[in-house]
Order: sequence, then structure tokens, then C-alpha cells
Amino acid sequence: MRITQGTFSFLPDLSDEQITAQVKYCLSKGWAVNIEFTDDPHPRNTYWEMWGAPMFDLRDAAGAMYELAACRKVHAGRAYIRLSAFDATAGWESLRLSFITDRPAEEPGFMLERQERSGRMIAYTTRAYTTDRPAGARY
Amino acid sequence: MNKVEKKPARKSRYDAGVMQYKDMGYFDLDYQPKDTDILALFRITPQDGVDPHEAGAAVAGESSTATWTVVWTDRLTACEKYRARCYRIDPVPGQPGQYFAYIAYDLDLFEPGSIVNLSASIIGNVFGFKPLKALRLEDMRLPTAYVKTFDGPPTGIVVERERLDKFGRPLLGATVKPKLGLSGRNYGRVVYEALKGGLDFTKDDENANSQPFMHWRERFLYCMEAVNRAQAMTGEVKGTYLNVSAATMEEMYERAEFAKELGSVVVMIDLVIGYTAIQSMAKWARRNDMILHLHRAGHSTYTRQKSHGMNFRVVAKWMRLAGADHIHAGTAVGKLEGDPAMVRGFYDVCREDYNPMCLEHGLFFDQDWASLRKTMPVASGGIHAGQMHQLLDLLGEDCVLQFGGGTIGHPMGIAAGATANRVALEAMVLARNEGHDILREGPEILERAARSCAPLAEALKVWKDVTFEYSSTDTPDFVPTATPS
Amino acid sequence: MDAPETVDLEAAFVASGVGEVLDALERGLIGLQPVKRRIREIAALLLVERLRRSFGVGSENPTLHMSFTGNPGTGKTTVALRMADMLHRLGYIRTNQLVSVTRDDLVGQYIGHTAPKTKEILKKAMGGVLFIDEAYYLYRPENERDYGQEAIEILLQVMESRRDDLVVILAGYTDRMDRFFTANPGFRSRVAHHVDFPDYSAEELFLIAGKMLEATHYRLDTAAEEAFRAYITARMGQPHFANARSIRNALDRARMRQAVRLFENRATPKTVADLITLKADDILKSRVFEQATSLEKT
Repeated sequence: MRITQGTFSFLPDLSDEQITAQVKYCLSKGWAVNIEFTDDPHPRNTYWEMWGAPMFDLRDAAGAMYELAACRKVHAGRAYIRLSAFDATAGWESLRLSFITDRPAEEPGFMLERQERSGRMIAYTTRAYTTDRPAGARY
Repeated sequence: MNKVEKKPARKSRYDAGVMQYKDMGYFDLDYQPKDTDILALFRITPQDGVDPHEAGAAVAGESSTATWTVVWTDRLTACEKYRARCYRIDPVPGQPGQYFAYIAYDLDLFEPGSIVNLSASIIGNVFGFKPLKALRLEDMRLPTAYVKTFDGPPTGIVVERERLDKFGRPLLGATVKPKLGLSGRNYGRVVYEALKGGLDFTKDDENANSQPFMHWRERFLYCMEAVNRAQAMTGEVKGTYLNVSAATMEEMYERAEFAKELGSVVVMIDLVIGYTAIQSMAKWARRNDMILHLHRAGHSTYTRQKSHGMNFRVVAKWMRLAGADHIHAGTAVGKLEGDPAMVRGFYDVCREDYNPMCLEHGLFFDQDWASLRKTMPVASGGIHAGQMHQLLDLLGEDCVLQFGGGTIGHPMGIAAGATANRVALEAMVLARNEGHDILREGPEILERAARSCAPLAEALKVWKDVTFEYSSTDTPDFVPTATPS
Repeated sequence: MDAPETVDLEAAFVASGVGEVLDALERGLIGLQPVKRRIREIAALLLVERLRRSFGVGSENPTLHMSFTGNPGTGKTTVALRMADMLHRLGYIRTNQLVSVTRDDLVGQYIGHTAPKTKEILKKAMGGVLFIDEAYYLYRPENERDYGQEAIEILLQVMESRRDDLVVILAGYTDRMDRFFTANPGFRSRVAHHVDFPDYSAEELFLIAGKMLEATHYRLDTAAEEAFRAYITARMGQPHFANARSIRNALDRARMRQAVRLFENRATPKTVADLITLKADDILKSRVFEQATSLEKT
């Protein structure tokens, strides 16, 4: 399966040139760019690991691409990597863009567990097949 | 000074009998509205022979303290303070016989945090007043002191995005069709296919409640099976607007509680449940971390005609105060009423922190929302993937685009329809961020995206020429004129 | 057969706007003839390279890193700013920005501190020019646990792999930079253009002083001019002489003495001329002359 979190998951994987263009857009808006990675892609896993601090003072996309390259060197193929942009403007103070740049070679997906309860109610649990294994050995 | 003329001496003001509204203190062109006043703009059409100034004064009077005759009991009150004042009256451009009447109300005329009180005052008796042929409430300025008495949207655009983990693009939805007649099991199938295919939300229609073919519990149970299944298939948070509108508040709470127990992120209500019920449901949603979707069922009965009723922008303002997280606010390009400039105005009312006066978008006042959370506008009705560039350009990214027919009517199936919409949307956002002029290059961008997405290619082929080119009835009264630079 | 496609070098030169940068350099900076010649050469090379690229015959990612060597106050930072402008106009960098740093900005105090610090600076500078003043302080051979080495490694790696994203200018005293390059051959091989900044002559320093005074609305009277020429000659022979920077400092002190002089005679009314004129006395009271005379005595 293909996890479709993020702004551009339904498009073919973005090239570095395309990612650079998105970073440029973010910087032109004055947003800080972040790189994060995880091997636990559960839809409610909000806190992916931060690859360094958000980059607040970039003038050019190359700085973010430099860090992305460094993050890939360590995690590519074995984790998801996403790039997000943070807007500190009053009334937002949140992300304005977030997309996956890299995926593990294989995406086994999720198991949906159902626990039957009274009155036809079902308690649902979504569990990634890979999270049975310890962190670092999942993909 | 001529001011003396307008305000007759106190002695005669309270003599028993009938006198003109404008002589009773409801008309004062010299009045400077206070920062705390609630301001309203009415479009008035006086009966033949009725002086427009008197008509404006009558509207001010009838929507505040006046009655048809002088009453001495006024003198037991600080009546000067409680009288609304028509402080400005302008002929409507290009509409002989119609006038814009600006009326200021003292804040103490209103109960804090109550839309029902506000509406009973402003659109109460006055709309049936005989000396007027027609009356329309066009806009309101809500002072900060009043805005702060409301809780506003329980979730708001920012928190909704954080909760759903979806940023940088409009959200996608679809209304399940046919809206009536499906059994719970079949209904859930549509929800599953649409969500799995790439939509973020599906939606019950306004009159999907609890009918012989489908009890509401059936719908909720099957829909949540579909939502959870789709979530596991995509790794993405999904939702379906479970319509909890019902005959009584008790029944609505029961349905909403059940939706919560099933783990839904969103519930839905109709505008016709009434302002009190809407505010109650907003409070419930705030207590229960629930997104509250509002379907504006019924509004066109009083918003569509230009001469009488109220403008939708006022409904939008009230609903932001009352606490709707989503509100249907028009598409401009789809099958339902909506002039593009007017729709822009509605969207700005929902999601900006400050609306500067903008007559060409129908905004007659500066409106400061004082950090009240933002309502996500929903575009729904007769839109399809081929219009994605127009939709994104006109409506921006903080909205929900709902493609009901445009998803379910796809020749390759519901999931394919959903995929077509999502691919079209993502391709358009990507191109916009890259600096492309999407309005001009839109069709090419879609064609290019369709090369690696068969469902999109099919959607573009099927709905290529579908447009709804009818002139709108609710149009701006002011058009920008080009000034030579 | 078609005539071979031609290219109008003059038009390309005008369109690039590089001429304006060179003019500004020529007019704005006194002396520095060898530097200006060197910059013109680099400009010509880059312009031609750009045209070659437009014909698809460019060389792969030309190295643009530079070293600016010379004594303090010889205009290295000013010329670096102009260089950034020129590279930007020619399209070799994307943003017209120069980030100026020293060792302290790059090297950390404890383990694990240096790499993030260096990377932070590199990321900020990317797209433009990174100017490292007194670059040799990065390298401290006497201390084998010095974190400067870590910064150097990251720097070298980025200078090699990110040529499209960053131009590095290393600056400092000529002799120390020479030793630095000898000890770190990695830098030598990555720096394409060396620019040596000569000391100014006494006459050039006098002209520089004139420009500085003009900009601040002061002037020297005839006697003061004489005194200042003498000052320059004396100062050049003394330690810690920093060319234009020393001149600026000397003028600052002369202005101070003028102010004190005017204040002490505050009983008499002052004309505008009084307020803008520096007199010989304001110059001659400098300690520079004391030292000169004391040296003569011994």
C-alpha cells in the first residue's frame, strides 16, 4: 500500500527539483522549514523525530536540501521522511504545508483490529504491521 | 443650527398620539456610531409615497424600542440610549426606489452570546412592517465587545488541520448519493470507496436523518466501519459528517453522543434546526473535541432574492459567532446560486481575522473578529475535477471542496472518482506553489497530471464541458471601475 | 550552409549589469589597482563561461571559491560585497547576500557543538556568499583536540559537493593564509581565485581620508592637511597599522579633539566653518607624534 498522509502523496514521488521549488515557496512566505522522520507512520503519530531544529533563517532552499540529503543518508529506505513548513503568524502558529519526501522500500500498511462490544458497537484499533518489531528494525 | 429642527422639544415628543418615527429620535444624520455599537445595513424599499428617511427611521424604531404610537412609559427608561438610530441613508446605485439605511444599535440592547436575541431584534417584527414593500438585511458590523461574548467555532481551521494532520491544501469531501433510499450497509459502501480513493470526508445530506429505509444508528455504525477501514487502508485520518439533526435537542444529543462513542471526528447539523440548537450543539462539540459541520439547508428561502430577506454574509457572520466549524458558503462555479465576488466576501467573513470594508465583495463595514476561531467554508454542489484551477484560485486552500456527483458518478467507480479529484487537487497545489499561473495553465496542468492517472483522464473526458452558466440573483451593487494609472 | 550562430558579448555584458558593479568598484574605492584588475579578470571569465554554457560547452560546475589576502583595512570585506553582487548578476549565486563570519561563529566549545553550529551557518549562507574572516584561526595545530578541525572538514565537504549552492571567500593576512593553505591542502585545491590586497600608499590613504571627511561633513584646513600627511607617514611606520581602518580611527579622534577645543572656547561665537574645520592642532596632538619624537630622541 501507499500511505497517503501529506499534501502530495497522490502524485508520483517528487524529484529534488520539485522539492526545492516547494521549499522556495515556503521561504517566500517566511515559513520555517522542518525535516522529520519516523518508522511509526500511524495516522495519529503526530510527533515524528526531528532532524535538527526547524530552519528559521534560511534565505535559499539549498540549506533545507542539504539537511534533507543528510537525513536521507541515515534514514532513506528505512523510514518515512517528511518536510513541513511552520508559519509563526498570529492566528496560525501552525504548519502550512507538510509532505512526505521519502518512503521505506516496502510499505506493509496497517491492520484494523475490531473488538466487538455490546449493542453492535465495535472498538477499532489501527496498527502498523511493522510496529511489532523494535524501533530501528522495522523497515 | 438645523439640528434643533430635527429634534423637537421634549414637551411635544411625549404628547399622546402618533408621530413620525424620524421625529421620535430614530433618525439622526449627525450621529457618530460608537465603537461598541452594533451596526446594521438594510436595503429598504419604501411603499410608494413613503419618505425614505421616515422608512429608515421606522426600521430603526421597529427593530429597537418604538411602537406605532407614543408611549409615556419611554420616560421610565434611558430611552435616548436604547433608541436605534438611522445615521445614514443612500440610494442604491442603479436601483430606483431602493435605499441603503445604516442603523446603529447600542450594545445594551442585546443579550451577550445569544444569536437568537440578536436575530429577534434585527430581523424580528420589522420585516413585516407595512410601510415597506421589502426589506433586506445586507450586512452587520459586530463590535469587539460583542464578538468576545461568543465562543465561536469549537475547533476552527487551524486546530482542525492539526487534528486531521492535513496541511497546505483544501480538504476534499463528497455527499453520499442518492441521498435517500440507501440502506445502512449500502450507504457505508459509498463512504468506504470514496474515503479509500482519496477523499478526506464524506457527508450525509441535509435530510438524511432517520427514515424507514435507514435508521440513524444503522447509518452511524456502517459509516464508522467504513471510516476506520479506509483509515487503515490509507494511513490517513478520515471522517464522515454524521448528520445528528433531529426533532428535539434530546434526540440530537443522543445521536451526537453515539457518534462520539463510535470515534467520529465530526458531526453535522442543518441550519434549519435553529439558532438556539446550533449554539447548543457548538457547546457540545467544544466539550467533546468534535468538528461541527453546518449544512445551510433552507437559507435560500430568505437569502437569494435581492430585495427582501437577508444576505448570506450575515448568516455567515452569525454562524461564526454561534460556533460552526464548517459552513457551506457557495462555489461560484457550481450548480448553486453564487456570484464570484459575493462568494469571496462570504469566504473572507468565515476565515479572516479582519475584514476591511470592500463594497465589491459586498462587505459594507470593517469587521474585526478579535481572534475568534475561523470557520472553514465548504464549496459544494455541481463541481468537478476539471474546475480545480478555478476553485483553488477563487476559494484558496482553507476550504472543503465537495465533489458529490463528481466522485460517485465517475465511470470507473467511486474510488476512482475520489482519486481523480485528489490527484487534480494535489497537482494544482503543487503547480501553484511552484509559481505557475494556474488560472491560465490549469487545463494543461490537469492534462499533465492525467497522464499518470487514468481516473483523472476519464473524469476530464466525461465532465469536460459541464458548466452552470446562469446569471446570479444576489450580485454586488458596487463594481470596481478601472482607474487610469 | 547557415552562418555559424554568433553571440554579442557586449550585449551580454550590458545586460548582465556587471558593468555597474565594476564602475562602482572603480569609483568607490581608492587605489587597489591590482585588486580591481583581478576582479575584472574574474568578471570576464565568468561572463564568457556563462555564454559558453548557453551554447552547451560550459565546463562542469566551475569552482568559484576565493581567497582574499592582505593586511587589515585594505578593503577585503567591501570588495567581497561587490563580488557577491557581481556573482548574483551573472547568475552564479541565487541570492545577493554575504554572510560574514569568524571562527567563533563556526566552532563550538564542547563535543558535539561544532557540527550543528557550522551547518547552521552554512545553511544560512547557502544561495549566496560565505565570507570567513581570518580563516586561519579555524586551524590550531598546537591543540590536537581543537574542534576547528571538525568545522574545516564540514566546510571542505560542502565547498566540494555544494558548489552550486555556496561560494566561500576565505580572508586574512597574506602570510598566515599562505601557511594555512600549506597545512590544509584541501582548501588550496578548492580555491580557484586568489586576490591579494596590497597596502595603500601614503597618498592613497590621504585620498581615502578626504572621502571619509566628505561623507561626514568635515574638512581640513591647509595647515591640518600638512599635519595629516605627516601623521600618515608616521603612523605607517608604527605597529598595528591597519590601513584605511587606522585612518578612520585617526579621524574619529581628531573630531573628538576638535569638539573639545570648540567646547573649551565656548565663550566666543562659532561659525559653520568653525564647526566643520579640523585644524592642525587637532591632528598634531596625536600620540603618534609623541612616539615619533620620542623615538627620534632615543
